[in-house]
Amino acid sequence: MLGLVVNPVAGVGGPAGLGGSDGAAAQASAAERGAQPRAGERARLALELVHEAIGGPLEVLTAAGPMGEDAVRAAGLVPRIVVRPGAATSPADTVAAADALVAAGATLVLFAGGDGTARDVARGLDAVGAGGGARVAALGIPAGVKMYSPVFAVSPRAAGALAAAWLDGGLPVEEREVLDLDEDALRLGRVEPRLHAAMPVPVRRGRTQARKAATPASEAAAVSAAVDGVLRLLRPGVRYLLGPGGTTAELARRLGLPKTRLGVDVVLDGRLLRAAASESELLDEIAAGPARAVVSIIGGQGFLLGRGNQQLSARVLRALGEEPLLVVAPEQKLVELGGRPLLVDTGDPAVDRALAGFVRVVTGPGTSSISPVNAPDAEASSASRTEGEGHAP
Amino acid sequence: MTEPSAAFVHPYLPNSAPEVRREMLDAVGAASVDEFYADVPEALRLGRPLELPAPLLAEQDLARHVRGLLAKNRSTEDRLSFLGHGTYRHYVPAVVDEVINRSEFLTAYAGEPYEDHGRFQALFQYQSLMAELLAMDVVNVPTYDGYQATATALAMAGRLTGRRRVLVVSDVLPEKHSKVHDFVRVHLELELVPTAGGTADVAAAAARLGDDVAAIWVETPSATGAVEAALPALATAAHAAGALLVVGTDPIGYGVLTPPAEQGADVVCGDIQSLGLHQWFGGAHGGFIAVADDEALVMELPSRLFGLASTDVPGEVGFGDVAYERTSFARREEGKEWVGTAAALWGIAAGVYLALMGPAGMAELGELLLARTRYAQQRLAAVPGVRLGDDALHLREFTVDVSGTGRSAAELVAALRAEGIEPGIVVGEELLLVCVTELTGQADIDRLATCLAAACGTPSDRQIPQEQRA
Amino acid sequence: MSLPLAPKPAIRRFHQARWDEPVIFELSTPGERGVLVPAVEPGVRDAVGDVLAELPAGLRRAAPPALPEMAQMRVLKHYLRLSQENLGADLNVDIGQGTCTMKYSPKINDQLVATPQLTAMHPLQDPADAQGVLEIVWRLERMLAEISGMDEVSLQTQGGSAAIWANIAMIRAYHEANGEGEQRREVITTIFSHPSNAAAAKAAGYEVVTIHPDADGYPDLAALKAALSPRTAAIMVTNPEDTGIYNPAITEWVDAAHAVGALASYDQANANGILGITRARDAGFDVCHFNLHKTFSTPHGCGGPGSGANAVSAALAPFLPGPRIVRIGEGDDARFEVQGAGPQSIGTVAPFFGVVPNLVRAYAWIMALGAEGLLAAAETAVLNNNYLLAKVLEIPGASAPYASGRRRIEQVRYSWQELYEETGITSEEIGVRMSDFGMHYWTSHHPYVVPQPFTLEPTESYSKAELDEYVAALAEVAREARETPEIVRTAPHRQSVHHTHHDDLDDPARWAVTWRAYLRKYPEVAARLAGEPESTADASAA
Repeated sequence: MLGLVVNPVAGVGGPAGLGGSDGAAAQASAAERGAQPRAGERARLALELVHEAIGGPLEVLTAAGPMGEDAVRAAGLVPRIVVRPGAATSPADTVAAADALVAAGATLVLFAGGDGTARDVARGLDAVGAGGGARVAALGIPAGVKMYSPVFAVSPRAAGALAAAWLDGGLPVEEREVLDLDEDALRLGRVEPRLHAAMPVPVRRGRTQARKAATPASEAAAVSAAVDGVLRLLRPGVRYLLGPGGTTAELARRLGLPKTRLGVDVVLDGRLLRAAASESELLDEIAAGPARAVVSIIGGQGFLLGRGNQQLSARVLRALGEEPLLVVAPEQKLVELGGRPLLVDTGDPAVDRALAGFVRVVTGPGTSSISPVNAPDAEASSASRTEGEGHAP
Repeated sequence: MTEPSAAFVHPYLPNSAPEVRREMLDAVGAASVDEFYADVPEALRLGRPLELPAPLLAEQDLARHVRGLLAKNRSTEDRLSFLGHGTYRHYVPAVVDEVINRSEFLTAYAGEPYEDHGRFQALFQYQSLMAELLAMDVVNVPTYDGYQATATALAMAGRLTGRRRVLVVSDVLPEKHSKVHDFVRVHLELELVPTAGGTADVAAAAARLGDDVAAIWVETPSATGAVEAALPALATAAHAAGALLVVGTDPIGYGVLTPPAEQGADVVCGDIQSLGLHQWFGGAHGGFIAVADDEALVMELPSRLFGLASTDVPGEVGFGDVAYERTSFARREEGKEWVGTAAALWGIAAGVYLALMGPAGMAELGELLLARTRYAQQRLAAVPGVRLGDDALHLREFTVDVSGTGRSAAELVAALRAEGIEPGIVVGEELLLVCVTELTGQADIDRLATCLAAACGTPSDRQIPQEQRA
Repeated sequence: MSLPLAPKPAIRRFHQARWDEPVIFELSTPGERGVLVPAVEPGVRDAVGDVLAELPAGLRRAAPPALPEMAQMRVLKHYLRLSQENLGADLNVDIGQGTCTMKYSPKINDQLVATPQLTAMHPLQDPADAQGVLEIVWRLERMLAEISGMDEVSLQTQGGSAAIWANIAMIRAYHEANGEGEQRREVITTIFSHPSNAAAAKAAGYEVVTIHPDADGYPDLAALKAALSPRTAAIMVTNPEDTGIYNPAITEWVDAAHAVGALASYDQANANGILGITRARDAGFDVCHFNLHKTFSTPHGCGGPGSGANAVSAALAPFLPGPRIVRIGEGDDARFEVQGAGPQSIGTVAPFFGVVPNLVRAYAWIMALGAEGLLAAAETAVLNNNYLLAKVLEIPGASAPYASGRRRIEQVRYSWQELYEETGITSEEIGVRMSDFGMHYWTSHHPYVVPQPFTLEPTESYSKAELDEYVAALAEVAREARETPEIVRTAPHRQSVHHTHHDDLDDPARWAVTWRAYLRKYPEVAARLAGEPESTADASAA
């Protein structure tokens, strides 16, 4: 069963140049600047494709009015209203709508919006998922200003195609990160996506292809391979500071340990020493013996440090010494960077400079990639890159 | 660079006519082909014509040239050949050549299951026909040759067991051993357990088994053509130690011989050249690897496996790659080798061959090979000074020890070559490896014996003593 | 109806043959024979007795193999029908399988290798009886040495990946001979090099380090320098890469590798556009290989046999696989002998002399073209490619990422990302639909670095009209993706079979790699084929 929630004000801030649409002040400001809502229109495009693919009349669980009902009708499908929000919608309405869609039996929640909407939907899904059982999948119809989270289809029609395939017999899901920028900071010129949550997202495997060569056919297999690569590098007596992210979560799982989704957890010889450690707790652990941070790539921008893992601060990195980082990521994550460098931003230009250059990223057992690392806040980094003198920190 | 080739018109180059080239250059806004090479630094440009022989542009001139060179050959149709040692002279039914020379098969490559349905079905059928012959449920799309198949089979055993030692209990072709050794040496150590009487010394092998042994590697028929009679005992010993029994074989005899899978083999591998492929100067080999339909084994196979699949139309039979993602399940540091262009066409040929032969053909061929092998053994052993290398049961090949003749094996080969006979392969100072097939009849074997006797300086036409029979 | 006839449609109304041919076991008729085997001669039987009865216990097969029983013409007909259900290169405008150089394999070459003077040659015959074939192989080695600039060549490997294996095996042996085997544990490659370079290096025990391109698609020299160290055994790269981009800093790459004591290995799978233009050795490479089934025209045979050619500098020559063919004497007195592998050789990597019929074909192909012809083939392949590039870029929604505004060598990795964003139709779906027009199409190796990729390599073998036809079909499918996407999404429509389901192939309980496994796993089928009523199915399969 398909569910739909539209954030009717998503995207209004973009064209208005506000860097996002979060908050009543921004929305009012956008309205003053003549911005038109577009999320409903994008949702309609996605659902029209579902309609074409499925053919007959299809019932879609949704919220009343502009939060979904309108788009479902415009696409020629049949809305079943499960929640009625108030007149001026708020993030709380999105959370409540997602919650209600799941309660009503949705197996895939389509949401039209941006990163902020994704955060709210994740919250709504988690409210239900906390009770146990399989978590409901979600998929973003891109309609926001900020879309750093890899939970969005590439276009509304692509979202529709995935939804149609889901209804046609299901698709595998992958756990994807939900990131969001602090919009107040963005308006001040700082790009700082933070990791907020994770949600299962349907993915489409390729259809039968001439399989000439080994193909890491699924993201899960690629993550698993990367974790295999790290496992064989772990040494006894070393404290590993596992940063947040899906890859490090898989590493913890393979070690038989729980992992906090957003925290930095400290592991020694297969034991969990601390979960969700603070900066000072990390410093205590580092003082107790040799230690290394295991980090992955956060979000589509390629941050290694400074986004979602601020506990791994400049002080912590200094304390870690010569080789502070063990970087792990599935090859596809590097591919998606399209030649752009990885980024570090610890807030301390000297530490950032030391990290800049090139880093070895473990992608599998016995395999790694060399990736450039830039420190946006430390100017010297670009020089070290072009000289090719960078080191693997 | 100017355009030296602008006026070079050739039947293989449709767009070599100057007018078309100009039109195409204009379409892309280029003044000359040279523009396309802008990224190739000047310092790396050859700047002169390659030093190659003058071309033979007309097809008839080319054909005459190549045929002229090949006419210097004297083939096994011109000579009476008893050569084996990995490449065998069997009859190739005309239908086999007809099928694999079809353009549609010969020039196909990487088409999808629906556009190359015939290729998928033909190779699925190859797998299935081999599976019947070998009595095993999973057979791969052919890899390069029997050497590679064996190397991969042993590597699989290493990955599955996580162990390093391999006990080699049969006589193995030196070239095959060389290949296998270099392929697996990072992961495995091959230990030779000397054979006794031409086949495995089971007690010696068992004594060297341990919890660090990945596999016992048997060859049957061995490099000397000896058929291993102790597979069940070797299997029991290997399995008791947690090792696999890997059997390298030539499938030609399994119309009458018990297939290794029914004697405890875990992985059966080898070459398919005997099944419908010409000798081609050793250039037509393909490797098979067969395992039980056990997920753990199947997941270790690096090769492609074609399987039956349903399609969007209920009941329709399609094909596709089975468990393809296994090749990406690189869970061990060693990796999983690779999939690439290997020997698919030879697999199709072997499939056609087995379909033509059928159960009766393979049974009759097996009996014929056993009978002629035995007959040749008797005839040659009857030559004074010549005795059999061992007492084992042999299929197709066997060695004779010529030390009693006062002549070296090489001298005898030279003498018989002068008679138009390739009597076998020198595998030791006084050891000759002789091969018979369905193409070497009784009269041919008799001639070999007669000429060998003559070369040894003795007549050979005496009756075979009764007690030497069978 | 009357003459003149109407012109043929602009886009072919292709339909693949659909014979509904049963799996061969279903065609079996007890008692039929496809070929007969000579009987054991009475004289032989008299001498040896009943060899089957005398087999040791356990060695005699209990029941004959359940092969089909078919008269000869039925076997022929069955396989000819299957042959028709293939889109072989001879029928196709086979430019859609980029990286594989699907060029014309001249028919005369197939005829030449079919003579008994080649097919009936045994590799261990008296070399005096094999002078013709030995000379051809030797000559081909010398030609490829000239084409690569290298000193010595071995033709023993049977395909590109096998040749890559021989490359890394020689590199390993070289470092071991220099006492650096333990020290040098890493091999560096690029993500646009053929994946078998990484795979073979791993199989040889090396750690593999991958370099990604810079934002414009060029191999990143700075990243290479960061990766190189005294631990590096070799760089193994393709050039031009699978994007069709030639690495202009290739000399700097090789020099950087040499500076740390590593070797440089060149995968020349993409050599078709640079024959006679530039050579591996001139860029400093120590080792390289060609795929004779790509660049030198031997047929692809449904996936082999191909043939590899390993070419090396003098320093690496002692490590080449053996046996080797040597020429003794000159001119008319020259004769050819076979020498075993030398003491430092990696040994035998394949039986005897490699895929000899393909060596003869490659020799004939080079002899048919000569130096001028090879250069013309390369330049034509590159012209065709850049023409095709211009035509493809005219299709809305298609793009050629990287090196924007620059030319490519012999192939291009394109992207349908824009079309995908607009329509939700993937490159793979477009590929399936292309087959309905009688055109093969391929995306890319994995991982997909270029989003929604497709890779076209026109080679020198296709005429302008054929390139135009392929592009017209691409444009038609792109139009369908926008206007009637369901047609694309539900393709194929005009093939021998319809879209196949992966579920049957990935589940160990359901997959059927052979007919006997199929009958075991699906007893109801076995029962139906045996003519038994459904109810006894379980019992019959037990």
